[in-house]
Amino acid sequence: MRVFVNGEARQTGATTLAALLEEQGFGPAVATAVNEVFIAKAARAATEIQEGDRVEVLAAMQGG
Amino acid sequence: MPVFYGTAVESALMLGTAQYPSPKILEEAFRSSEAGIATVSLRREERGGGDFRALVADLGAKILPNTAGCHTVKEAVTTAHMARELFATDWIKLEVIGHTDTLQPDVFGLVEAARILIADGFKVFPYTTEDPGVCARLVEAGCEVLMPWGAPIGSGRGLMNEYGLRVLRAEFPDQVLVVDAGIGLPSHAARAMELGFDAVLLNTAVAKAGDPARMAGAMAGAIRAGRMAYLAQPMEPRDMAAPSTPVLGRAFLA
Repeated sequence: MRVFVNGEARQTGATTLAALLEEQGFGPAVATAVNEVFIAKAARAATEIQEGDRVEVLAAMQGG
Repeated sequence: MPVFYGTAVESALMLGTAQYPSPKILEEAFRSSEAGIATVSLRREERGGGDFRALVADLGAKILPNTAGCHTVKEAVTTAHMARELFATDWIKLEVIGHTDTLQPDVFGLVEAARILIADGFKVFPYTTEDPGVCARLVEAGCEVLMPWGAPIGSGRGLMNEYGLRVLRAEFPDQVLVVDAGIGLPSHAARAMELGFDAVLLNTAVAKAGDPARMAGAMAGAIRAGRMAYLAQPMEPRDMAAPSTPVLGRAFLA
């Protein structure tokens, strides 16, 4: 199925958020949201991914 | 030294981590600034990029994540939750931007987001205007820290409304007050501290200086000087001259 990861369309075979992150090659130092809702690290394995979901994967960056 | 939500911080300088020419210069600037707090943000992860978390962990400063770029309450609240998990801190520099060109805070959204986040256990550092009515709402919501702007972010224009900042200091003697944004020169930072502010948050003035590490040192010195001047209770200015050398005993030589 097709999902959007950080705004880009991606094909995935993953069914959970945790599996999607692993499949797409993200490391552990990220925070996640699905369809604009924060998903805590502990909830990723139980969070199912559906066709068309918008997944945001954020990391630490420079800021003022 | 300022105390933010029960945590004493050695320095009254809070320094941003953005816009430096290189990570090495960022580290040098932090060393010479002796800043006690470093602001950081969250952005979309580019796979293969270095872990910025590791770099900031070595700066020896407490981390204050921001919600920069958020224009709605929902975005800011979600970003704060993501920051809390990623940086393992309940501190959040809350920005809800209302105007694209001036980056002026949306104060209505700010107050609403502050209420939500404080109920969720966050310690909120709100980036606000110097409006005392807005600041009163933020205090009601549970903010112990208020961060009015000096001038628009990145403008380097200094304290555009010194009167307003002075009013805030008088109105909120028990809150921790920080001038956040608009500082361009050490004299601006010193002035904020002379007014009795507890700290100054700046970034561009150091990062965009020709020699960021040297400017960071200048800012640190100015902030210390301004704080000492405030504690020393400055003299009142007057319009007419008053001779400082004693008049009594002056020789008649005319």
